[in-house]
Amino acid sequence: MSERKRTETRMVPYPSGSFVPERDLGAQPVLECSHLGIEFGGLKAVEDFNIVMGPTEIGGLIGPNGAGKTTIFNLLTKVYQPTHGSILLQGRDLNPLTTVEVNRLGIARTFQNIRLFTNMTVEENVRIGLHNQIPCGMFSGILRLPAYFSAEKKQHEKAMELLSIFDMTGLADVKAGSLPYGAQRRLEIVRALATAPKLLLLDEPAAGMNPHETEELMENIIRIRDQFRIAILLIEHDMKLVMGICEDICVLNFGRIIAKGTPEQIQNNPVVIEAYLGKQRSEAGAEKEEKA
Amino acid sequence: MKRNSKFVSNLITYGIVIAAWLICSFWMGNGMSSSLKAMLVPICCYVVLAISLNLTVGISGELSLGHAGFMAIGAFTGAILSTWIIAAFPEMNKDLVLTLAVVGGGVTTMIAGALIGIPVLRLRGDYLAIVTLAFGEIIRNILNMFYFSLDGSRLFGSFGNPNIPGKMIYNGAMGIKGVKMLAHFNAGVLLILFALAVVLNLINSRSGRAIMATRDNRIAAESVGINITKYKMMAFVTSAALAGMAGALYANNFYSIQSSKFNVDTSIQILVFVVMGGIGNMRGTVIATTLLYLLPELLRDFSQYRMLIYAIMLILVMVLGNNPLLRNLWMNINPFRKPLKRRAKADE
Ligand SMILES: Nc1ncnc2c1ncn2[C@@H]1O[C@H](COP(=O)(O)OP(=O)(O)OP(=O)(O)O)[C@@H](O)[C@H]1O
Ligand SMILES: [Mg+2]
Repeated sequence: MSERKRTETRMVPYPSGSFVPERDLGAQPVLECSHLGIEFGGLKAVEDFNIVMGPTEIGGLIGPNGAGKTTIFNLLTKVYQPTHGSILLQGRDLNPLTTVEVNRLGIARTFQNIRLFTNMTVEENVRIGLHNQIPCGMFSGILRLPAYFSAEKKQHEKAMELLSIFDMTGLADVKAGSLPYGAQRRLEIVRALATAPKLLLLDEPAAGMNPHETEELMENIIRIRDQFRIAILLIEHDMKLVMGICEDICVLNFGRIIAKGTPEQIQNNPVVIEAYLGKQRSEAGAEKEEKA
Repeated sequence: MKRNSKFVSNLITYGIVIAAWLICSFWMGNGMSSSLKAMLVPICCYVVLAISLNLTVGISGELSLGHAGFMAIGAFTGAILSTWIIAAFPEMNKDLVLTLAVVGGGVTTMIAGALIGIPVLRLRGDYLAIVTLAFGEIIRNILNMFYFSLDGSRLFGSFGNPNIPGKMIYNGAMGIKGVKMLAHFNAGVLLILFALAVVLNLINSRSGRAIMATRDNRIAAESVGINITKYKMMAFVTSAALAGMAGALYANNFYSIQSSKFNVDTSIQILVFVVMGGIGNMRGTVIATTLLYLLPELLRDFSQYRMLIYAIMLILVMVLGNNPLLRNLWMNINPFRKPLKRRAKADE
């Protein structure tokens, strides 16, 4: 099903040399990065990164370990201040903003090394994600004013609604830290969605998931895109997921883009095979041999 | 279900305080020793101080070593206020005077907390602890520079200049004299209930969750749009205000009081109550503070060993409390206790 969804979209050229899905052509891009870069000391972790994302596009960011993928997420969310280039979110420059402001403007993310509030329940984690969506002042909370009760009720309902995307309402009272790995990754996605983003960044969402869970995740990512009408940019090493749902893929190596294109173009690109896919295949092959 | 159990847990906490109040009220009329009677109000004050410090240390996750400084600001503001109000409005109901003094102490300390929080909360971990320690001492030294006097019903105050008209009530390092001792046990219990309500309600609200999110994982909290500085500040200022109120009640329990009372030892003592009661555990804090404050009284013959006993208990709590096996055991005994990790894990 997911396979079919993707192949329906046709990528069309966008003025700055990028491609967006045909359906997003008239709309303002949600994200535009140009010449984005960062140096750590002398190390150019990311260099001359350019991307344009349509408002309902699912994009992929792949590349070998240490290529700079997570660093790009950290740049987009202003965890790191870029040393070069610009980031525009719906045309708005993110350069002077902080992580918190960027989230309020509409970028939410998950983390490669999961960062949940492990001592709190699943529902509390989502409620924290709803922080700016359903406000309630400190004094209403302390004095238990009616505003407090109505906000708590709204938060509860909204949290349950969001958890139901991944069928997790039954886990609402479980400590987040005691969830299995796959469920923790899903909860992180729900928490990010709770902030009502326009662009969702997923850092290796399928890491640690079994093939069945990954399959479900693929369907859910597409469902989230369709239901919330947002753009999703994901980093992933699982090529089945990337090739299955991404409409536009960007391959990084040593901080530089080495290829861009549709899954078909990427899969058949000799440069990509040389730098990344070939290695992945031989690694997978080696694993199989070990198992055998 | 979960929220229900929290609600019940909070009710039990209030219940324990009210039960203790009933028992003590009865006992006071039926042969409570005068030395114990004299300890009731200070116990209440220390319970409030420990609850408020637990908000900073346990809920917000910032180790503060200067809590006695806030207590001092509240104490002197409260004592000066009550002395002046009684001189200016001799007809006023004494409990109203006390309330005004306590509220005044709280508000002043809240402002001081905000001023100190701005620089201090930029720091983290051990640095923050050291700087709060320093601020505690700075506050005490600044308070030593103030002078207040009463001329009839008029209040005079000065900074660094003891030559002010009328009768001196607050004389720099010599502290305050002639306080009317309005504090009583019922007021102390009310203040405990108030502090508990503020802290417990705060914890179970959107703001409290944001404070705890900031403590548990700063980066994740920022990634969902939580303004970390704001919520650290909120916890710190609330904590300061409650400490100031406790200080004001404390000062109104004694005829005279000097700033030397509010030194590092006192800060550490409050911290000991918090650690013993459990980081982030308000009910434990109430119980531990009461027991530890009474301990020297119970062991009156060995009272010179008080600090030794503290030290040993502190070491035991540190050693035993961090043993995972034992921790699980405690948790099983106490189903309501929330295990709280002090800091967000590693890589921050
Ligand atoms: N804060 C930092 N200081 C110095 N170097 C950094 C910092 N963050 C990242 N780097 C370096 O930048 C490079 C890219 O790291 P990044 O985490 O973005 O890789 P990645 O593509 O996400 O890899 P992986 O697939 O393993 O997650 C690495 O060489 C890393 O050591
Ligand atoms: Mg990475």
